[in-house]
Amino acid sequence: MNETKTFSLDYEDNLDIAWCPGCGNFGILNLLKKTLEEIENLNPENFVLVSGIGQAAKIPHYFKTNFFNGLHGRALPAATAIKATRPDLTVIAESGEGDMYGEGGNHFIHTIRRNINITNIVHDNMIYGLTKGQASPTTQTGMTTPVQVNGVILKPFNPIAVAIATGATFVARGSVTDPKTTTEIIKEAIKHPGYALVDIYQPCVTFNKINTFKWFKDHTYKLDEKYDYTNKEEAIKLALKEDEFPLGIIYKNTERKPFDEQLSIYKNTKEPLYKRQRNLKRIEEFINSKK
Amino acid sequence: MGKIFKDDVSIVLSGEAGQGIQTIEKILTKILKEEGFNVFATKEYMSRIRGGSNSTEIRVGSDTVRTHINKIDLLLPLTKKSVDHLENRIDTETIIIAEKETLNLDNKNLIDIPIFKIANEIGSKIYSNIVAVGFVLSLFGIEKEQLKKHMENYFAKKSKDIIQKNIQAIEKGYDEGKKLYSSEDLKIQIKNNEETKDNLLINGNDAVALGALAGGCDSIFSYPMTPGTGVLLSLANFSQKFDDILVEQAEDEIAAINMAIGGWYAGARSMVTTSGGGFSLMEEGVSLAGMLESPMVIHIAQRPGPATGLPTRTAQEDLNLALYSGHGEFPRIIYAPGNIEDAFFISQKAFNEADKYQVPVFLLTDQYFVDSYYNVKKFNLDNIKIEKYFIKTDKNYKRYKITENGISPRGIPNYGEGIVGVDSDEHDEYGHITEDLDIRIKMMDKRMGKLDLLKENAIMPEIIGSEDFKNLIISWGSNYNSVKEALKKSKIKNTSMLHFTQLYPLNNKVKDLLKKAEKIIVVENNATGQFANLLKLETNINIDNRILKYDGMPFSVEELIKKIEEII
Ligand SMILES: Cc1ncc(C[n+]2csc(CCOP(=O)(O)OP(=O)(O)O)c2C)c(N)n1
Ligand code: SF4
Repeated sequence: MNETKTFSLDYEDNLDIAWCPGCGNFGILNLLKKTLEEIENLNPENFVLVSGIGQAAKIPHYFKTNFFNGLHGRALPAATAIKATRPDLTVIAESGEGDMYGEGGNHFIHTIRRNINITNIVHDNMIYGLTKGQASPTTQTGMTTPVQVNGVILKPFNPIAVAIATGATFVARGSVTDPKTTTEIIKEAIKHPGYALVDIYQPCVTFNKINTFKWFKDHTYKLDEKYDYTNKEEAIKLALKEDEFPLGIIYKNTERKPFDEQLSIYKNTKEPLYKRQRNLKRIEEFINSKK
Repeated sequence: MGKIFKDDVSIVLSGEAGQGIQTIEKILTKILKEEGFNVFATKEYMSRIRGGSNSTEIRVGSDTVRTHINKIDLLLPLTKKSVDHLENRIDTETIIIAEKETLNLDNKNLIDIPIFKIANEIGSKIYSNIVAVGFVLSLFGIEKEQLKKHMENYFAKKSKDIIQKNIQAIEKGYDEGKKLYSSEDLKIQIKNNEETKDNLLINGNDAVALGALAGGCDSIFSYPMTPGTGVLLSLANFSQKFDDILVEQAEDEIAAINMAIGGWYAGARSMVTTSGGGFSLMEEGVSLAGMLESPMVIHIAQRPGPATGLPTRTAQEDLNLALYSGHGEFPRIIYAPGNIEDAFFISQKAFNEADKYQVPVFLLTDQYFVDSYYNVKKFNLDNIKIEKYFIKTDKNYKRYKITENGISPRGIPNYGEGIVGVDSDEHDEYGHITEDLDIRIKMMDKRMGKLDLLKENAIMPEIIGSEDFKNLIISWGSNYNSVKEALKKSKIKNTSMLHFTQLYPLNNKVKDLLKKAEKIIVVENNATGQFANLLKLETNINIDNRILKYDGMPFSVEELIKKIEEII
């Protein structure tokens, strides 16, 4: 059954990709495709790509795989339930930073608290792409946009610091400027037993003229091999630095059990819920004992 | 005084939150049912944990009793305030049983019983509720020994000391009542029978939850909101016995419904339970279910709005909300069970229908419905089935394949060889985003086309009374038993009741039924007649007579009789 293993782009040639030429989303698409193909025992059938709405969120349409393209900001709840009811599936929730940290901010925090075993890839272009250039939660202070006409006065949201502080067990940053590092991170994230955040820098060539490919290259650096990502205090310190941004796994801990593994539905069997038959005779007895 | 109740008695116990009114309700109904009496109980309470005025109405009848009435035969108040609170329901016939001095009450029908003194002698005034239980049970002529046995069973898990004290309390209360009973001053001579002993005693909330259990519900995702929370609690409770139910308290209602849709995508039958305020947040998700053609089961226990309204009171105000929820156009089913059996079987059916037609299915109940209970015959599950409709996919599987009847076979991931894609944007047969306007029309036609199927299969309303009617009283949801009892007790002629369990879509044959009536009266717990308006919209028949109530309380039989008689 697995001979079809290819995360090829769906209907290859005539595929109409709705991104601008030069958009950073292409970089993420290509590196993700490569990464998925290299993961053992992963194939389009036992994999689900869940997304919300936005330019980044269109990514499942360019893959031949199971996908759930839901609502703006709501990828994480859907992904949570899919993984919780189906231990046999590998689940990635993937969208833009507006989707994940803005509209979906509450879900972001609570998905971290649950530590559900999914990978959360966030395309972070520091702008709203699909709705044409308004500020996103990570847009830098001072940048002018069609809405923030006098410049953004808010402080940018720091997903890495928030994730570590709220108990995330795997927190990493990638960038399309460094596909090799990003590929390694995603592989580790998928392997990680629990919630894994991978925030990926991505230029929006149309609406963000400040945080360009070059800007990301100049403001990021790869973490040293010797960096100890299990040290929470160091990780927080690193996360709070907001002039230069490290690429790599910033924090990881495997002590917390994932949400899905602790569910009582898997106490006696790992069988996915859809395969189970409820015994109506047993239910009848149960109900009729309710005197 | 010489008061003997023969067919029917209504007993109200009232006090502040925290005085154990709910415990009394539970113990009394349980013991009475086990002794073979027909019982009904409903509570009204304030949105607070301590203080205020709460009450429980317990009716016992020679025949089945299944609804709220205004009349109070026996009132056992534990505070003075709770007597004032019930002022409108106390008449010259109401007998008040209370400790006169402590409550500072003055009423010609007052029977002075030292409820608190007894409780204090036993050790604490917390036993006063149990003293009251003992008193009431003595009036039914139940043996003292029998009472002791019931109490031992009821408190089986408690410490010896607690059992002992409670038995002492119930016995002392019993002795007080027995004096009246023996002197024939106050006596209840209602028939009991063996068969009733074997009945179930469940409330609307359990009935919905048990229906979900029997409907193969694998997962419930919800955020607490009164009175919808009960179903979440019950399923959590069942999950300790049936360890194949996933129960998750979501971070908010938006998450809850998106989780439930994710659950269905993955093959797990999922539901949410909430009240109007929470459901408002779920609307976006309902629309998603519409576009994904995801099955979905949504329980809304209604309470008065707008906004947070009266959190612990009852209403039927959210029909429009359910009917029009979600942006865009897509089909849906709305059920509103009218009685306990209905709640069980309809909730069970909801999962099959959602799965079969791949549409959101609503279960509309309300506070009065979920919090009321009575004895019903044991359920027979022989004729129900958990019908699952997802299929094993093949290589070229298309989630949104255009089919004759609009239903595309639903695949789930990793079951078969195909891949399953669903999308909230307009999509092609594979589920991929499209802006091709011809495909848009085809997909809309496919989705909307299911409405015809839903209409053909819609549950017909139940006629109670003669099929040869001149007047029709229409009810839906929790008004079933109230309207039924009102019609039975009133002297109105040529009038039948038409009760709707399915509110939307309506069966095509409904119109013919309505046409037969000269006069139609719709009874609803809201201010605008939402269902009457819907009937008019769907059948083009004018419905001018509406009996509406929106003070947060259910209709009583008496007020229904009066209002119906006024119109006819
Ligand atoms: C409830 C809701 N509000 C607003 C929108 C409009 N909307 C679509 S995408 C988007 C922002 C996308 O930004 P981001 O997530 O950063 O993704 P990008 O397009 O930059 O990849 C918004 C506001 C929507 N689809 N749904
Ligand atoms: S608008 Fe920006 S994010 Fe969207 S496709 Fe164009 S470059 Fe990419």
